Amino acid sequence: MGLHDIMFYYFASVIVITALLAVSRPNPVYAVVFLIPCFFHVAGIFVLLQAEFLAVVQILVPAGALMVLYLFVVFLFNLSEIKGMKSTHRQSVLAGIVALIMFILLAVLAVRGIFPGPFQELVESTAVENTVAVGGALYTRFLFPFELASLVLLVVMFGAMVLARREGKE
Amino acid sequence: MISLTHYLVLSAILFTIGLSGVLMRKNVIIILLSIELMLTAVNLNFIAFSHYMKNPVGQVFVFFVMTVAAAETALGLAIVVALFRNIETVNVDEINQLKG
Repeated sequence: MGLHDIMFYYFASVIVITALLAVSRPNPVYAVVFLIPCFFHVAGIFVLLQAEFLAVVQILVPAGALMVLYLFVVFLFNLSEIKGMKSTHRQSVLAGIVALIMFILLAVLAVRGIFPGPFQELVESTAVENTVAVGGALYTRFLFPFELASLVLLVVMFGAMVLARREGKE
Repeated sequence: MISLTHYLVLSAILFTIGLSGVLMRKNVIIILLSIELMLTAVNLNFIAFSHYMKNPVGQVFVFFVMTVAAAETALGLAIVVALFRNIETVNVDEINQLKG
């Protein structure tokens, strides 16, 4: 078992444990705090898959910015102080069965599926550095979706400000 | 040796945890966090395929998925803030104002 395998099993086990803890804690503050190491280890998996640029983005955006946003909202409104509220829904048993069926389907697909090998004509494009390859694809073939993404973010910025605005004068 | 299947199974586990979080929990914040987990599982799938097929386009898609995830979080939390100001709850069972 090489270093790559050991690192994979370490990252995978931490991801699964922290994700399980995050969705099972009644207090949303703990849930958010458990998700931060989870996203850091997902970034580790990205490094194992030689996607260094996205590993850095994974640490900066989901693990950094989004979790801070969640914590701000949780702290601002004191959402963790809701007493007398059962944390799980009464459809939990049914939901668990549905999730289990979903997992079995996905696992069967992953284990039994036959995936095509590497596309030969694109092999040389990953011979260059990962960031160069991603940037090359992003700024040539996917330039229009890239510009559209900035528009989406602009609309979301105004939308969030309007939605969260306090009504009236006080 | 770690193959594509290992990454796909890890992604399936992560997706299932997120799905069960969305279906089981009552707190809106935790439901949003679970959606975040599901999107991360999808990103993991994209990057695993991108690595094994030696094609950087999968990573470009992850970039867009992350953009949309950030947008979804910002809007979702803005809706939670508006909701909490108006009806003082984050319990999805009590949000039934549109019910006839």
